[in-house]
Amino acid sequence: MSVLVDDDTRVVVQGITGGEGKFHAGQMIEYGTNVVAGAVPGKGGQEVHGVPVYDTVDEAVEEEDADASVIFVPPAFAGDAIFEALDTDLDLAVAITEGVPTQDMARVNKRLTETDTRLIGPNCPGLITPGEAKLGILPGNIFAEGDVGLVSRSGTLTYQVVDSLTNRGIGQTTAIGIGGDPIIGTDFVDALELFENDPDTKAIVMCGEIGGEDEEEAAAFIDEHVETPVAGFIAGRTAPPGKRMGHAGAIVSGSGTGTAESKINALNDAGVPVGDTPEEVADHIESFL
Amino acid sequence: MKLHEYQAKQVFADAGIPTPDSQLASDVDGVVAAAEEIGYPVAIKAQVQVGGRGKAGGIELVENEDEAREAADSILGMDLKGYHVDRVLVEEAVDFINELYVSVTMDRGAGKPVAMVSTKGGVNIEEVAEETPEAIAREHIDPAFGMHPYQARKAVYDAGVDSELARDVSSVLTTLYQLWDDRDGSDAEINPLMVTSDGEVIAADAVMNIDEDALFRQPELAEMEEEAASGDALEQKADEYDFDYVRLEGNVGIIGNGAGLVMTTLDLVDHYGGEPANFLDVGGGAKAERIANALDMVFSDENVDSVVFNIFGGITRGDEVAKGINEALGQFDEIPKPVVVRLAGTNWEEGMEILNEDLVTVEQTLEDAVQRAVEYADEVEA
Repeated sequence: MSVLVDDDTRVVVQGITGGEGKFHAGQMIEYGTNVVAGAVPGKGGQEVHGVPVYDTVDEAVEEEDADASVIFVPPAFAGDAIFEALDTDLDLAVAITEGVPTQDMARVNKRLTETDTRLIGPNCPGLITPGEAKLGILPGNIFAEGDVGLVSRSGTLTYQVVDSLTNRGIGQTTAIGIGGDPIIGTDFVDALELFENDPDTKAIVMCGEIGGEDEEEAAAFIDEHVETPVAGFIAGRTAPPGKRMGHAGAIVSGSGTGTAESKINALNDAGVPVGDTPEEVADHIESFL
Repeated sequence: MKLHEYQAKQVFADAGIPTPDSQLASDVDGVVAAAEEIGYPVAIKAQVQVGGRGKAGGIELVENEDEAREAADSILGMDLKGYHVDRVLVEEAVDFINELYVSVTMDRGAGKPVAMVSTKGGVNIEEVAEETPEAIAREHIDPAFGMHPYQARKAVYDAGVDSELARDVSSVLTTLYQLWDDRDGSDAEINPLMVTSDGEVIAADAVMNIDEDALFRQPELAEMEEEAASGDALEQKADEYDFDYVRLEGNVGIIGNGAGLVMTTLDLVDHYGGEPANFLDVGGGAKAERIANALDMVFSDENVDSVVFNIFGGITRGDEVAKGINEALGQFDEIPKPVVVRLAGTNWEEGMEILNEDLVTVEQTLEDAVQRAVEYADEVEA
């Protein structure tokens, strides 16, 4: 039915008493997500949307059996919040926060090699299994249950592509926003592997953008290991070198690496069609089903 | 955020990395006074953040006052690859016999820092990396522990640095990593690290780029950013409004939410035969005032002939966007440039009801909105 999250997932929201955390915890609950606790230092004993708040993630796990966390903590404290989630042995941590210092993420990245907890993000919209659970800020109403897995580096671009799919009656197993930062937890290869092993995912959309070499690595992985048909989209074809296009990770370096062209070619070589427009991506997916 | 050379050198010198004597000057007399204090010969170096300053005439070596005046006069006020030169660094000329390269950066593929050393300094290191990658020694660093002393030595030996210099170069590399780590660097680079005839090493150039997301905990460097700000007037305005903005060459103005979707909108403008004038991301959750500021930004770009406004609301609400558009456009007797709006996602229907369609053209899909904006721009050009 899905990857990573479903209606059994028991969610703790780190930062549930802040503006963003409170609003989106409400939205998640309304969508049907099983939000069992909040965790905010110094706010233990309070309730938000009827959900008990604890001082630590550890307590939330002890008392409410939480197994996944969504992190809405300001950038200065987000690295610490991610460490707390990883050190509590949750199955999944989803960091929504934008603007986490890269060196903090390098330390997190090192810890990820030592733990079984999976991290999504940071600087991401989260993930959703339509009809079951959403962990993050994605607008639930544009998604529909179905058999397409989607993985994307960008939030609003995900919405655009999902909207094209849903309007044609094509639903999704799970959609994962992996985030636009230079160092992230789950990457394209990880997400592709999850979808490949999910019997209900019949086709995969992969939305990449300029910067880094993750899309090229994903293409090589698809070539070797993915049987499920994949359609791609790459944002930033017209981006000039050396300019950061919003996302910290979206930059074509002076030496010419990270270009849209290199990514599109790599995907095409792996047999993945890349749409020129979001509608064309939906066309490819429609042809796979 | 990039520090200027003079700022980076100050940061390096404070940390104990040897740098040449230098002074900043902003007029010809200042240059001469600085040169006399330092002692001829001196290098006069334009302080602008572009590569290849030397080739573009932004660096001159002078032997005496006459030459100093002439060079200062030509460099100060010059246009160097689009940047106005208003300050120069007057620097002791180093008598060198060899040029090395050392740097620390984040290897995003590996997700960890990497220290690099090469004996092929003084040239474009990206060319070295391409042509003779083995000439650059690389050492990945575990950020939890920092750079072990052996790693600095190993990088220096692997690069083939002369053994008499190995201690000094390792020491520079160790300090450079420490700086990079303490100051939230994204890149710290010395190219060239000159070797003098006395066997000393000295940082003849200095690059220090700081992670913008970490400036909140680097207040001293954040102040330098103010000083370093230069370049395009519109990009400065975008800083004031706190937008992610990049100015481009075309005539179709673009406003949207979310980096990936805005980039996609740019690409679609190109796809449908237009030329994007800018990248402008209003970010998540923008309220009416921010939307009005975004329109003001794009209208102030004289190259812009039409505007496409594309919002797919997650945390951004369509009614707020519509309010902002109405407010911004309501103040004009005549709309300066045609605006095409497409709203989707959260509260888009409420937004459509509010939106004054006398002021804008409304389209239902992204593709249609972009095509319409490109048509409008073509009409203006024709």
